[in-house]
Amino acid sequence: MSIRALLGVAVLGVVAAHAVAHAAPTGVIRVASKSFTESYILAEAAAQVIEQVGEARVERQVGLGGTGVTYRAIESGAIDLYPEYTGTLGLVILKDPLLRTPEEIRARLAPRGLLIGEPLGFNNTYALAVRAEMADRLGLATLSDLARHPGLTAAFSSGFLEREDGWPGLQRHYGLRLARVRVMEHALTYRALVSGDVDLIDIFSTDGQLERLRLRILRDDRRFFPDYAAVLLVRRETVERFPRTWARLREVFEGRLDDRRMARLNAMVDLDGRPVPEVAAALLGTARASAGRAAALMLEVSALTLDHLVLVLVSVAAAIILGLPLGIVAARFRRAGQLELGVIGMLQTIPALALLMFMIPLFGIGKGPALVALTLYALLPIARNTYAGMIGIDRQLLEIAFVLDLGRLRRLFRLELPLASISIMAGIKTSAVLTVGTATLAAFIGGGGYGTLIVRGLALNDIATILAGAAPAALMALAFHVLLELLDRLAVPRGLRL
Amino acid sequence: MIALREVTKRFGDRVALDHVSIDVAPGTTHVLLGSSGSGKSTVLRLILGLVEPDDGAVLVDDTAVGPSTRAALVGRMGYVVQDGGLYPHLTTYQNVALGAEARRWPRARIATRVAELAVMAGLDASLLRSYPRELSGGQRQRVGLMRALMLDPPMLLLDEPLAALDPVVRAELQGHLGRLFAALRKTVVLVTHDIREAAVLATTVTLLTAGRVVQHGTFADLVERPATPFVTQFVSAQALTLGTPAGR
Repeated sequence: MSIRALLGVAVLGVVAAHAVAHAAPTGVIRVASKSFTESYILAEAAAQVIEQVGEARVERQVGLGGTGVTYRAIESGAIDLYPEYTGTLGLVILKDPLLRTPEEIRARLAPRGLLIGEPLGFNNTYALAVRAEMADRLGLATLSDLARHPGLTAAFSSGFLEREDGWPGLQRHYGLRLARVRVMEHALTYRALVSGDVDLIDIFSTDGQLERLRLRILRDDRRFFPDYAAVLLVRRETVERFPRTWARLREVFEGRLDDRRMARLNAMVDLDGRPVPEVAAALLGTARASAGRAAALMLEVSALTLDHLVLVLVSVAAAIILGLPLGIVAARFRRAGQLELGVIGMLQTIPALALLMFMIPLFGIGKGPALVALTLYALLPIARNTYAGMIGIDRQLLEIAFVLDLGRLRRLFRLELPLASISIMAGIKTSAVLTVGTATLAAFIGGGGYGTLIVRGLALNDIATILAGAAPAALMALAFHVLLELLDRLAVPRGLRL
Repeated sequence: MIALREVTKRFGDRVALDHVSIDVAPGTTHVLLGSSGSGKSTVLRLILGLVEPDDGAVLVDDTAVGPSTRAALVGRMGYVVQDGGLYPHLTTYQNVALGAEARRWPRARIATRVAELAVMAGLDASLLRSYPRELSGGQRQRVGLMRALMLDPPMLLLDEPLAALDPVVRAELQGHLGRLFAALRKTVVLVTHDIREAAVLATTVTLLTAGRVVQHGTFADLVERPATPFVTQFVSAQALTLGTPAGR
């Protein structure tokens, strides 16, 4: 097969993979979430409601990597519905701090083919919390009260400390002074507060810990913090196609969840370690028989193994199909080759996560774009090693090939590629083992694989779930290594192994 | 016929060949003699069309070697290099058969020819399935020769074919090559720094130093009528180290 034909096949393969991933089957609502507890619970509950109504099938794309991913995905139609917050919609997505009410936001979303329902009830905004005992002692109830106690110490998460809608703005708004402010990981601030290391921490008003610890949230009496009222963000065409479903979702969710109830649900996941589907069912008031946690996790791991394997095999295969010709071309045209390898190298310097993000506007979310990104990532070791193998061939052997007048293709397939095979195989091995690791990031854009568990485990602070994703990934990398070492014996000619 | 006409070749600032003219008559063995860096290998590479002259012309069968002609001309040449130049991933048989495969010879014809060549080159038939790394230096050289002869080209170019071999094997192969060249009536150009190879194999000799022709003639001419003191020096220096008198 000629190089051009090989390239053609490669392009077709990528396009086909993309088409498969993008084809929207009729009667499906794709429900997504970001990767934190509350978002998982709300998305799962919405998914369960949709299933109960039975008007459409549900596809879950949960645990996506942040607002950038979810918003671009819903705008491009890669997903249909996810829980969002009015503050995020106004400040981060529409970038207009004056947008406050759901009506204002709804008006601005309409031209984009999106709409939001009424708020679900709770407001997951920033707030400051103190120990209840201290609040009673000092008579602290509001943020204004805080101005009278400049001797207090605080631990804030870095986001809160830097954002204009966090500490800098708050300090000016209320004229606050504190004795000392420390930066701390959000998960650790609760412990610091309870143990008395600090007197004040920033929290999200529906954090699960609030329910369990004797804390007092200081009321934002002069309305500084923007509202982060939870709403369902949905594509208009989904509402039009599945009106009964949308009506039912509104009925179940709107105005039904206050801060305390949401915090309790978050606590069930974060602190009690109960599975998200079970907690979502609790939210809906439906009983849900949950399999044993370990058994459920095992089942998920085995399903994701196939998923992960597909990600790795398809992307590495595509990288071989593309990388081999690219390496060959680079070796043949040295100067252009340096440029080419430079470009491929540059792809590698893009952080994997950023590369995945770049895929969203081009290809949406899911397996397709994840495969494209993983393929680009797997390319460099293969192209580089092919190039190195080709230019490393003894010049005399090439001259003899010229004198033997073998013709280009025969020379390539009979002499050059076999002579470069040790180097090429080394590239493929490197690429495959690396891709097993990189593929865990696919979960951030809904690509599936072991990363799904890792992302969820990180979001829910659940070591067992993280390990359920990370350990099989490590095993798979090892398996690939061993398998490819064996394959070496087939791919590298015997004469080179003697 | 092979001829160089006033050929000059530079590699960067270094002049590899300086106005060199050489004529090789059909059916004769011409030895290019000289120490390393004398430019003798460059002559072979020019004839093969692997490098192009900066000045002058290289003629093969009255055709100037150039980008448009070299592919056709090279088909009439066999090329043997030091240590055989074998492809390590191919067996002896596969190495020898490469050129014939590219010309789509039928399998049976290839097999017959390879067997014939093995006898001619004095290679044990059991070694046809061996890989180059399993062969001795002398055996590899015999395989290299078989590969060059596979398509029975009228011209044979050899670049230091015996340099890597130990003295005993070298002497044996020298004799073998001499008989072979005589029997096959090939036009042979052989590059060597070994005066004894010239003595045994050459019809005519060109002695090169620093890219210039010092003397052109038979081996006897070099010994008996040296053109410059350098010729005497070159001939006798090696004769001394070999411990045998130069000449026949």
